[in-house]
Amino acid sequence: MSLGKDTPARPQDAPPPTDRRKIVAACVCLAIPVVALLAVPTYARDEPELWGFPFFFWYQFIWVFLCSALTWTAYKLVLSARPPRGDRDGGGK
Amino acid sequence: MRAAVPLVTDASTNTSALVVLVALFLLVTVLGFMATRFRRAEKLDNLEEWGLGGRKFGTWVTWFLLGGDLYTAYTFVAVPAAMFATGAVAGFFAVPYTIMLYPIIFIFMARLWSVSHRHGYVTTADFVRGRYDDRQLSLAVAVTGFVATMPYIALQLVGIQAVLEVAGVGGGDNIVEKDAPLFIAFAILAAYTYSSGLRAPAVIAFVKDALIYVVIIVAIIYLPGQVGGWDAIFGAAKDKMETTNEATGAPTGSFIPGDGQMWAYATLGLGSAMALFMYPHSVTASLSSASRNTIRRNAAILPAYSFVLGLLALLGWVAIAAGTKPVGLDGEPNAQLVIPQLFEDFFPGWFAGVAFAAIAIGALVPAAIMSIAAANTFARNIYKEWLRKDATPQQEAKVSKLMSLLVKAFALVFVLTLDKQNAINFQLLGGIWILQTFPAIVFSLYTRWFHRKALLAGWAVSMVYGTYAAYGVSSATTDHFGGSLAEIPGLGDMGYIAMTAFALNLVVTVVLTLVLRQLGVSNGRDVTVPSDYHADAGDPRVDADLAVEDPLATGEPDPR
Repeated sequence: MSLGKDTPARPQDAPPPTDRRKIVAACVCLAIPVVALLAVPTYARDEPELWGFPFFFWYQFIWVFLCSALTWTAYKLVLSARPPRGDRDGGGK
Repeated sequence: MRAAVPLVTDASTNTSALVVLVALFLLVTVLGFMATRFRRAEKLDNLEEWGLGGRKFGTWVTWFLLGGDLYTAYTFVAVPAAMFATGAVAGFFAVPYTIMLYPIIFIFMARLWSVSHRHGYVTTADFVRGRYDDRQLSLAVAVTGFVATMPYIALQLVGIQAVLEVAGVGGGDNIVEKDAPLFIAFAILAAYTYSSGLRAPAVIAFVKDALIYVVIIVAIIYLPGQVGGWDAIFGAAKDKMETTNEATGAPTGSFIPGDGQMWAYATLGLGSAMALFMYPHSVTASLSSASRNTIRRNAAILPAYSFVLGLLALLGWVAIAAGTKPVGLDGEPNAQLVIPQLFEDFFPGWFAGVAFAAIAIGALVPAAIMSIAAANTFARNIYKEWLRKDATPQQEAKVSKLMSLLVKAFALVFVLTLDKQNAINFQLLGGIWILQTFPAIVFSLYTRWFHRKALLAGWAVSMVYGTYAAYGVSSATTDHFGGSLAEIPGLGDMGYIAMTAFALNLVVTVVLTLVLRQLGVSNGRDVTVPSDYHADAGDPRVDADLAVEDPLATGEPDPR
């Protein structure tokens, strides 16, 4: 086998057909929480408080849920971008 | 602002707590031994079954297993302790860390699962070996993983010790009384891990996670009202963190990251998130899942644990408002005891016992998985690769099982004979080290542009730099390895050493790759093909290919 993996020796060695736009959209969904939480100066402050919690704390708790929702969206996008082949176990695998 | 609460530390044995603790411990012991029946396999004498549970855990089993694996007892003890002692930068970064974690693993873990499923890889070093046919790089990844995991196992013992100490056992003067409970707990753990393999922690994880959720939710609902509400809690924490520490002349800690602490907070979060799934125990739990997408679905539902971890971190500040005095049986203040002490002060004995059990059992699950993962790494990438090339899968599993015992014995000796601080120092170093395997593992899942020798050189340089930088950090309690933050060269702010080392790693790897490619040095032979990175369980094409025995899985010379 040669080093060049771009032209696989057998056709079945190629990656599955992929909808690039959906993969990019999924990557954006995944990047949002990382970028938001890395931008510490945007949320390292007291105000506004919520139920006695300084902003810094409740804001990060909210990101737990936002991140979960965005990751689930990315999951659905990736599934439709690259439909699994030979799906024996029924949908959603 | 302190409410009237019991401030006297009761060092005597808490009998009802102890009874509940022992009863729950016995329950998980029985479960651990019965785990061989869970998703029963015909034989447990190979790494696929013993070490990966047959790669057939579904979404929910994986959720409990990974939750039990990643959110360790030490995390439950150390994160609130850090909040209690020095505040948000040292403690609350665990929340952004365990949020950023999931998008990151979503991206690469499915590819690692697929290529491992396709080629029978059990460890990341197996993958690196297959991708580059490079024994040195594979060994570097294996040894880093092994060495970084050892102190992590030892720290699980520190978690159990904290609970036992507050419950009033294990602190006596004679060696039998002092260490016997810990010794017995670990001997039992070793026995059922040996017999049931990864199935044991998978079953026990259900109990552990259920206990953790119950305990933390009850505590977070009940305790704030007892100490004057959240306003009082944050007020007390702010007062404490802004008070000048007499020893250092600086503020005690950080209430919210201030100027000059932004980089520290961000790099601690991102660096830890990137490092966590380089650890063998995280990879083992991920590869044991039944399909390529199990881990992706889990990336969306595992943040539930991050939420709980955030609440737990805040309990460290509840303890400040409550005036908790974490004092060990030796009479010395010890912040690590703050959470067990808080529960003993405020809850009836039996519920404190449930909380203690949650932490103690919480130590057993990761300790079991870590020892299995370290043992698999040794058996596959050191024993078979370097010591005995013709080892059969049965011999490999036997070596791995024995190694899982040895690893635990070593951790026990480490904790019982050396100062606890050593385990904490090494764990901190381990985090810095393990991140340096990221390029060789994650980048290689996508491209072979990086040169194998450049990856090895980048790893070596950053390991040395990271160790040296950590050596230079002093704290109030220790001269070296006093923390994971150091000045980022050229920036002036403090940052996580692992990330600085990682940046250096990247520079070395890229520059050397350019040079080596220019010189035309061989980048090894790749046994994987692009479709391997998308293979899924039940893919008929893959099953047909798997029927032709894979050279890497069987150890036969590669016919291709």
